[in-house]
Amino acid sequence: MNPVINSSELVAKLRTFLPSEAVLHETEDLRPYECDGLSAYRQAPMIVALPQTEDEVAEIIRICHAAKTPVVARGAGTGLSGGALPHAEGVLLSLAKLKRILEMDPAARTARVQPGVRNLAISEAAAPYGLYYAPDPSSQIACSIGGNVAENSGGVHCLKYGLTVHNILKLRVVTIDAEILEIGGESLDSPGYDLLALMTGSEGMLGIVTEVTVKLTPRPEKAQVVMAAFDDIRKAGDAVANVIGAGIIPAGMEMMDKITTRAVEEYVHAGYNLDAAAILLCESDGAAEEVAEEIQRIDEIMNMSGATETRTSRDEAERLRFWAGRKAAFPAAGRISPDYYCMDGTIPRKSLASVLSGIEALSAEYGLRCMNVFHAGDGNLHPLILYDANRPGELKMTEEFGAKILQMCIQAGGTITGEHGVGIEKINEMCSQFKTGELEIFHAVKAAFDPDGLLNPGKAVPTLRRCAEHGAMHVHQGKEKFAELPRF
Amino acid sequence: MQYIIDQLADSIRAAAGHKVPLCIRSGGSKDFYGNRIVGQADVLDPTAYAGIVDYEPTELVVTARAGTHLADLEAELNKHGQMLAFEPPHFGAAATLGGSVAVGLSGPRRASAGAARDFVLGVRMLDGRGDDLRFGGQVMKNVAGYDVSRLMTGSMGTLGLLLEVSLKVLPLPAMEITLRMPMKESDAIHRMNLWAGKPLSISATCFYDDELTLRLSGAEPAVRAAHAKLGGEEIDDGADFWKSVREQTHPFFQSGKTLWRLSIKSTALPLPLPGKQLIEWGGALRWWASDAGMDAEALHIMAKAASGHATLFRGQEVDATVFHPLAPGMMRIHRRLKEKFDPMGILNPGRMYPQS
Ligand SMILES: Cc1cc2nc3c(=O)[nH]c(=O)nc-3n(C[C@H](O)[C@H](O)[C@H](O)COP(=O)(O)OP(=O)(O)OC[C@H]3O[C@@H](n4cnc5c(N)ncnc54)[C@H](O)[C@@H]3O)c2cc1C
Repeated sequence: MNPVINSSELVAKLRTFLPSEAVLHETEDLRPYECDGLSAYRQAPMIVALPQTEDEVAEIIRICHAAKTPVVARGAGTGLSGGALPHAEGVLLSLAKLKRILEMDPAARTARVQPGVRNLAISEAAAPYGLYYAPDPSSQIACSIGGNVAENSGGVHCLKYGLTVHNILKLRVVTIDAEILEIGGESLDSPGYDLLALMTGSEGMLGIVTEVTVKLTPRPEKAQVVMAAFDDIRKAGDAVANVIGAGIIPAGMEMMDKITTRAVEEYVHAGYNLDAAAILLCESDGAAEEVAEEIQRIDEIMNMSGATETRTSRDEAERLRFWAGRKAAFPAAGRISPDYYCMDGTIPRKSLASVLSGIEALSAEYGLRCMNVFHAGDGNLHPLILYDANRPGELKMTEEFGAKILQMCIQAGGTITGEHGVGIEKINEMCSQFKTGELEIFHAVKAAFDPDGLLNPGKAVPTLRRCAEHGAMHVHQGKEKFAELPRF
Repeated sequence: MQYIIDQLADSIRAAAGHKVPLCIRSGGSKDFYGNRIVGQADVLDPTAYAGIVDYEPTELVVTARAGTHLADLEAELNKHGQMLAFEPPHFGAAATLGGSVAVGLSGPRRASAGAARDFVLGVRMLDGRGDDLRFGGQVMKNVAGYDVSRLMTGSMGTLGLLLEVSLKVLPLPAMEITLRMPMKESDAIHRMNLWAGKPLSISATCFYDDELTLRLSGAEPAVRAAHAKLGGEEIDDGADFWKSVREQTHPFFQSGKTLWRLSIKSTALPLPLPGKQLIEWGGALRWWASDAGMDAEALHIMAKAASGHATLFRGQEVDATVFHPLAPGMMRIHRRLKEKFDPMGILNPGRMYPQS
């Protein structure tokens, strides 16, 4: 791609309609935008633009399109796959200033918001009506709804309440032609292809989301959680299957391994059993009568599945304390290690024990500790590899370790990313998960929206050439000589 | 079973080579739905590719071949105390999984549990070049690549031939009861919305002929508590009633030559249409059966004013396009997607829109 315009010309053009403080190009001003939550990858953009309205977004896009300049959207920058990593010759388009809640419609149980609105702010605004926005990523105090749409983010309650894709109704999107599309609607379905689903999880590759209409959910009357300790991770895995086998869909079902439990207990003092090989948190919510019954059944199933100890939250404060540790897993990792690397594979739950023992073996092989937190209900595994970036070679080893975990997830019939996205981070693993024909379809989808490939270039879907090279590299690293000869 | 896929792929390649349109038809139970295919089409029947591939109840996921009869699939799930929570309408015993996902329709539980697209986790398909492709998977959470499996859902066979579908399944509710209460239309719309904003275990709603019928589903204590709050008479033949709504065997659906489906904002006021309407999905789905006929454009305008869209569901001999027209920008994306998935334009051409 040959830029047809230089940086200062572009800055001047943008400043014809944006205030000068909304167009950044000095090195020190660009620095805060160099990376998202995946800080191992850094790149300063050519320019950062901070529009405040949809019209401004459209105008920026129009100019960038004409100038063949790449555009990378950024919400709150909490993404964990480098999706918002800037392009050196591109504009980083921050949606952070579009942060107004435009309309609450309690009767229809919807909220219409701008993309920079924080996830939690929606639930706060809905609270007076007894409603909330259900998907609750751990980053919800910071992450934006636009970013949630782009990543199809989930939270600890998504087994019962769904992911972002299940909880949004309508988007306004600025296309690369600076045209505004309304995708989805306030009805429960829309004519034509399901472009709402296609946009969700598309990592800023298909269009810029400038407005989101979300569904709001009635707040359950009551929630209670059972905390169960197990001396064997296999038994904890069986307990999860037994709960579901009994016809219960818990509001949340989360697992932590021993190293995680110890790390978070020191931090939040939730009273976890420190000798347990695994801790399960299983929540029930709904009408008071329903919760009482379900909690009792969950407790029985945990015991029947071999729990060494179970405790039920007695009040709201205790419920929140039980959850506090799970929600603090990332910061706790940050406390016991200079750096950590969060993985995001999903597996069929039945392969949990084998994948976890595989991770344990890799951990020993690489000499790197690994904490495991697990959205157990839906099979989404978050191994946190602990490392020290200041030790030469350790980041590279960590990445290799992580890549092997993802290979195991694929082999188990799972996927390389459950909710954090491919971004730049897992671009090579995409080559393992998908065949050429499938990648071609992804490129075709991209081209249907963005024929020149100006939106977030280089992310989410690898080029076929990259995959060919990556394949070659794999063979090389595996020291497989004479790859052309047949193997037996 | 691979040989069936090879045959289907060969048929698609041959049709692409000769530019002969294909009409993908499994059980034919939804023949009435959608526009007529453009051109003289050969029928491509994938029903031989049938059977459950993988089902583990504790994973809450089933994978089945597209030719599997919907009834067989549901019977198998039922044996394990599970269900397809979107309650797909069958419209006949011949209904297959592939056809149901391709039309993407959902039944009475839609407003509370979600639509077909919400439960689709992965697909295996042949595109318009006859390439055997897989998207999504058998796990609940997956953001690797664009969500092609949901794009396929409801695309009416215009983007590819479904071979296998993985679906999230849910446990059958421990208890279901159906309540009925007399009510005026505007009250019913108001109440349905009000109640949907409270945790009341309502799993289906239907307003017809000045009566509101509600279904409550869940654990017994929750259902009992909700009944106490809502009032209303419990009726005995609830299951049959909901089936008659889902399958459109309820007399309302036969009461006119054309049946329009208006999918609109749930809080929209009663629609000023002559004759009878049946309302589902908490107010978000309004059916209108009519002999009188009304021009499609007027209905499109009315549906749009109610933040929704109108479909000519049955009675296509009427000279109108079935689906609500799209904005030009949206139509452009549709056309481009169609061109990419089906470069020769041979898969169900025109079934959805003239050029897709
Ligand atoms: C401590 C921590 C905990 C986390 N926990 C969870 C969790 O529990 N579940 C989970 O799913 N994720 C989690 N995440 C990941 C992250 O918070 C989510 O991916 C979140 O949705 C990103 O939102 P953001 O606003 O920060 O987006 P960014 O990081 O700014 O951007 C993410 C992607 O979205 C694109 N994008 C952003 N805004 C728009 C827009 N308006 N239009 C088009 N594209 C756009 C960007 O280009 C980029 O590709 C966590 C992250 C951290 C740091």
